[in-house]
Amino acid sequence: MPTVLPGSLRPNTPGGIDIRADYLTLTRRRRMYTGIVLIVFIALFVSGFRIADMRNAGSFADGFAHVLDFPREVVIEAWEKAGNLPGHAARAFPALVETFNIAMVSTIVGCILGTLLALGGTRGLAYWPRLIPLMRRTSDICRAVPEIVIALVLIFVMGGGPIPAMIAIAIHTAGAQGKLFSEVNENVDMKPLEGLSSVGANWWQRTWLGVFPQVMPNYLSYSLLRLEINVRASAILGFVGAGGIGAELRNAMTFGQGKFDEAAAIFLMLFATIVLVDQTSSWMRNSLTEGRGGQ
Amino acid sequence: MTVIDAATPGGTARARAVKRLQRKRNIALAAPVILFVYLAYIFVSFDVAGIMQRAQMDNARILLADAVSHKIHVTRDNRRDTLIVSVEGSRRAVFPEDRIPDWVAQDGDRTFITLTDGHSVTYDGPLITYDHPDFGAFRIMIDDPMVLELPQPGPVPDFINASDNRVVVTTDSGRLTVTRSRADTFRYFWGWELFFFDLQSPFAGFTPAETLAAAFSSDRLDPALPNWQAMVRDFWNNSIWRHGDVFWAIGETALMAFLGTFGAAIVALPLAFLAAKNFAPLRTIRFAVRRFFDFVRGVDALIFTIILSRAFGPGPLTGALAILVTDSGSFGKLFSEALENTDRKQMEGVQSTGANAVQRYRFGVIPQVMPVLLSQVLYFLESNTRSATIIGAIVGGGIGLLLTQAIQTTSDWEKVTYYMILIVLLVIAMDNLSGWLRRKLIKGDGTGR
Repeated sequence: MPTVLPGSLRPNTPGGIDIRADYLTLTRRRRMYTGIVLIVFIALFVSGFRIADMRNAGSFADGFAHVLDFPREVVIEAWEKAGNLPGHAARAFPALVETFNIAMVSTIVGCILGTLLALGGTRGLAYWPRLIPLMRRTSDICRAVPEIVIALVLIFVMGGGPIPAMIAIAIHTAGAQGKLFSEVNENVDMKPLEGLSSVGANWWQRTWLGVFPQVMPNYLSYSLLRLEINVRASAILGFVGAGGIGAELRNAMTFGQGKFDEAAAIFLMLFATIVLVDQTSSWMRNSLTEGRGGQ
Repeated sequence: MTVIDAATPGGTARARAVKRLQRKRNIALAAPVILFVYLAYIFVSFDVAGIMQRAQMDNARILLADAVSHKIHVTRDNRRDTLIVSVEGSRRAVFPEDRIPDWVAQDGDRTFITLTDGHSVTYDGPLITYDHPDFGAFRIMIDDPMVLELPQPGPVPDFINASDNRVVVTTDSGRLTVTRSRADTFRYFWGWELFFFDLQSPFAGFTPAETLAAAFSSDRLDPALPNWQAMVRDFWNNSIWRHGDVFWAIGETALMAFLGTFGAAIVALPLAFLAAKNFAPLRTIRFAVRRFFDFVRGVDALIFTIILSRAFGPGPLTGALAILVTDSGSFGKLFSEALENTDRKQMEGVQSTGANAVQRYRFGVIPQVMPVLLSQVLYFLESNTRSATIIGAIVGGGIGLLLTQAIQTTSDWEKVTYYMILIVLLVIAMDNLSGWLRRKLIKGDGTGR
């Protein structure tokens, strides 16, 4: 075993062997770190699972055997009453439209607010550069507050209906898009802006003609992704108290057995909507990145 | 190819360019119009005008006031002639006889309550007096019907709401409610009541300086424990704020996010190999696994949460599983895309040294994709912390459950505020943690492990 010399002496020693030994120690140390990280992770994961299992009403082992019981009941009942499904679907359709509208409006409003936050929070583009930290913190906080918190508080003040959910999702969207959009803004090519200001353009003209044409495809693409997320969020918020398809689903669920055909119809509609929105959005995003949308 | 012929100088190309510009202009004009029409439709269908009227601004005022202040009730039971001083009227927060605040003075049957700005209330047998510095004394006799005696003749001032069974005096200094069965006076204070120690604790009502002094003092207020340990115990077991339970709930929410996110990654990784074009053994398997991912993503967290909470009952495990199942679809898709972007050369290099299949994956593929996968997983960890709150509200676990309960009682707004602050802090902490881990693990991996 050759002696490993301190780094400063290494050039003077005959090379090959030392480099190899060095490499091996490095590899060994790195492997040890990886091993420690892995062990810590496994320990955390297993003990976390145990704690969760202990604090849960039903244990994992019991529940696992019964995971499919409920879907089976629903499918059997829906199959028996398959004739009712179109009727149930038609009845729940307005609620589905409401859920979609909540998602759509909150995406539009949130993305507009997010654009403002991002413009105000990017160095070089902001109208008031002093407010950049404020804009960034605002979007951080909007992003951190879960929708359910705002939605439930607003339901208390405004009563039920789609508006509390819409505002709640819009606030979160504004925060999330504010961050994503400002990352896009950071990559903006400043030359068109310089050109515009050299011909005397003011801030609005510079932003409208110099920034937006560059960032729009990315903005739209992120907004479409957000729409996919918001459709899900609006369905789930309906379940905890806001209106829409989530509320219908909860009603169908609370009636329990005998009403499962209604629940099945809603499940199917929700599934179809989510898949449809995802597919449409991914098709539109593809056409944006391929440049067809830009022409 | 565009041909510009001499006969029509620039003709076709120009016409085409003009046409294209025109189309662009039309789109630029149409987009705002469509948007406006859509928003107008929403304005009608969401009944925005109606909600402005229906919105109960009183509720908003109660909410804001209650979130930052608390009230102390001085309640006399008129039938049994007992006096109770309590925080927010809660039976768990009744001041013991010897610790009644000094603004409530008792003298035999008479109780004298000092409110702010020179207002005061006196309970004296069946006669209750509200002394208003601007108007004088309003005397209320408990009788059938109630008798209200005004200091000057004239109409009843609008801060008094009197009927045969009930008289309510509401001013900025406090509020007096008299019915035949009881007389109740509220006095408002800033801040969250008994946040650190409840009234069962010997430390209740200490100022910060007194608390600090007591913590280091050797005079034990509770003979069993040193003061600082007693403080920790009393804080943890605070019967009003229940810090211990809240801590567990926050922990459960974080746990749901952690188990769900990493569990999903563990499930998705092997499946992603089956769905990646360059690794899948068979096209049919690849197709099936991909459709499976799409299906799982389409079914969505809400439906999984409902199904799983039927099988596993309320609790954090159910929430964790709901996140796990939902995200395994998303991870499967993202991971398989990352695997498709790997470079074959590294794998071939490893293969040329005589490595078997497992070694090829371990040394040829994993080092390439690990940074990408980890950073995606860590991004999800932060957003799942937020999802865990809402899933907790559905399955009945974690801070989401406490939050919905506190909101549904519509009186514990200070607790709602407390939980909201904790949730936001948790999300920010998870965000920072995942950012830190991302930098640590992925930068460290740059040299190829």
